[in-house]
Amino acid sequence: MSLVVERPGLLTSLQDLGRFGRQHLGVPVNGVMDEVSHRVANWLVGNEADEASLELTISGPTLLVQTDVVIAVCGADMGGRVDGERLPQWRPVRIPAGARIEFGRAALGARAYLAVAAGFDIAVTMDSRSTALRGGYGGIRGRALRKGDSLPLRSIEEAHTARWVRLLARAQHGISYPNWSVTRVNALGVEAPQTIRVVPGRHWQAFSVAAREQLAGAEYRVSPDSDRMGFRLDGFAIEARKSGAVASEAVPMGAIQVPHGGQPIVLMADRQTTGGYPVIAVVASADLTLMAQLGPRDRLRFELISLADSYRLLLSRERELTKIHEALLARLA
Amino acid sequence: MTSASAPQCFPAGDRTLVVEFARQPGALVAARVRAAAEYLLARPLTGVLDVVPAQASLAVHFDPLVVAAHHDTPDPMQAITHAVLQACLKAPAAPKARSRQIEIPVCYGGEHGEDLAEIAARAGIGVDDVIRLHSGARYEVQMLGFMPGFAYLGGLDRKLAAPRRDVPRKRIPAGTVGIGGEQTGVYPFETPGGWNLIARTPLILFRIDADARALLAPGDEVRFVAITAREFDAMKAAPA
Repeated sequence: MSLVVERPGLLTSLQDLGRFGRQHLGVPVNGVMDEVSHRVANWLVGNEADEASLELTISGPTLLVQTDVVIAVCGADMGGRVDGERLPQWRPVRIPAGARIEFGRAALGARAYLAVAAGFDIAVTMDSRSTALRGGYGGIRGRALRKGDSLPLRSIEEAHTARWVRLLARAQHGISYPNWSVTRVNALGVEAPQTIRVVPGRHWQAFSVAAREQLAGAEYRVSPDSDRMGFRLDGFAIEARKSGAVASEAVPMGAIQVPHGGQPIVLMADRQTTGGYPVIAVVASADLTLMAQLGPRDRLRFELISLADSYRLLLSRERELTKIHEALLARLA
Repeated sequence: MTSASAPQCFPAGDRTLVVEFARQPGALVAARVRAAAEYLLARPLTGVLDVVPAQASLAVHFDPLVVAAHHDTPDPMQAITHAVLQACLKAPAAPKARSRQIEIPVCYGGEHGEDLAEIAARAGIGVDDVIRLHSGARYEVQMLGFMPGFAYLGGLDRKLAAPRRDVPRKRIPAGTVGIGGEQTGVYPFETPGGWNLIARTPLILFRIDADARALLAPGDEVRFVAITAREFDAMKAAPA
């Protein structure tokens, strides 16, 4: 009852919706970078949204399936194949024992999410299954996947699973999937640069008018020196705050810090709980998942919006997601 | 220094609210922040995910969708601001939990503190003086952050201040005591880092288990007590 890692890919780790409730002890949140793709992948295989999924980064792994499984892959397209046959995304897919799932390089987007029906059978650490790569806990031994790792799975029979998943699981042989899929949510625009909407940050008022205008006017490129902790951006240096350092305070995901050099850093899922650089703006919640799909050298620009607009965007995106979830539950419920 | 003035609220993005109790840190403000954080953590508001106290402020991370639904409003920031301010006004001015006095046994120098001699040379004093100054001071835990159980300690003797190293180390063992700028602290986990390393403790600063606990909490008074390398090994080998 497991998936065996034949090739780990660039950075593949188990993540869920994050480890909340202990940031006052310094425990970072971790969790998926692109929450939307992760949630939809879980829904597609009949899981709750907070079940752990595999987060694939830029270049995906090769996995040997040791038992019949039903999986769903959402997010960036990494050209997945099952024994040579194309693995469709954004729908549940039944894969027979003995098959090999192979991913390549991401074509559009940077991260894909692989969910398994009934879920990965791994321990919960401080209320979450997310891997803390820096802390070395959670997920599989607190680290990214390595060759030879075996990922234990829960049994579909034991789990309370949606009917389409059970039907699929009963297929006799080969890879099989329904003729429907969900609409690709959260797609990156094909045209570069990607627009990322932001709202004012904790120190917005402390930046000069020039600095605020620079943020919205300039084009940036994601530096190759970026990771789950933060994206360093190459491009126009933002005029740093005159008074320099600020007191260390809690920082949210998407916070755009401006260090002394002026090259902004966008804090992501593995950020520390607190930061000491001024924060000029924060990525709007609705656009965090787009930000998460940017890879090295991808171009972006920021657009400042109001808090009210940010909430409108988030609510309408959530309505869209709820519709997808309800449609999935209604289909073959 | 008007510690009793009304706290000010600042949105920090669309899912975090910062409540600032004073512009400048101070003992009264710190106590007020701790009390408010304690109050908010004990009585969780719907949609609040985390409450993170800092020196003169605290941050409340929330799920805007949950807050919007609970308060039936299109503006969850306003709803959470109102709810958090109400709670802050009800919170006592000083925390219920007394600040504790905690002694941390540390072995200075040698393999446990590779940069001890360098710190002494920079300060123009002997290695023994560095140990005397570092272990003679009383430190206050200002806040936790950076990594699980890492305490920002205030109270380092100015003579011992030293800039971060030009080339950060790739691996610093858990329990190592470092100096970075005017701060000193103990790394709870193995980590890369740029601080100057002067000592190491055999104590575990953070336990990763169901009721995860940090050894130190904001407001605690900390003293470092020098132990020998042999004592270090004995404590390390003893079951916790």
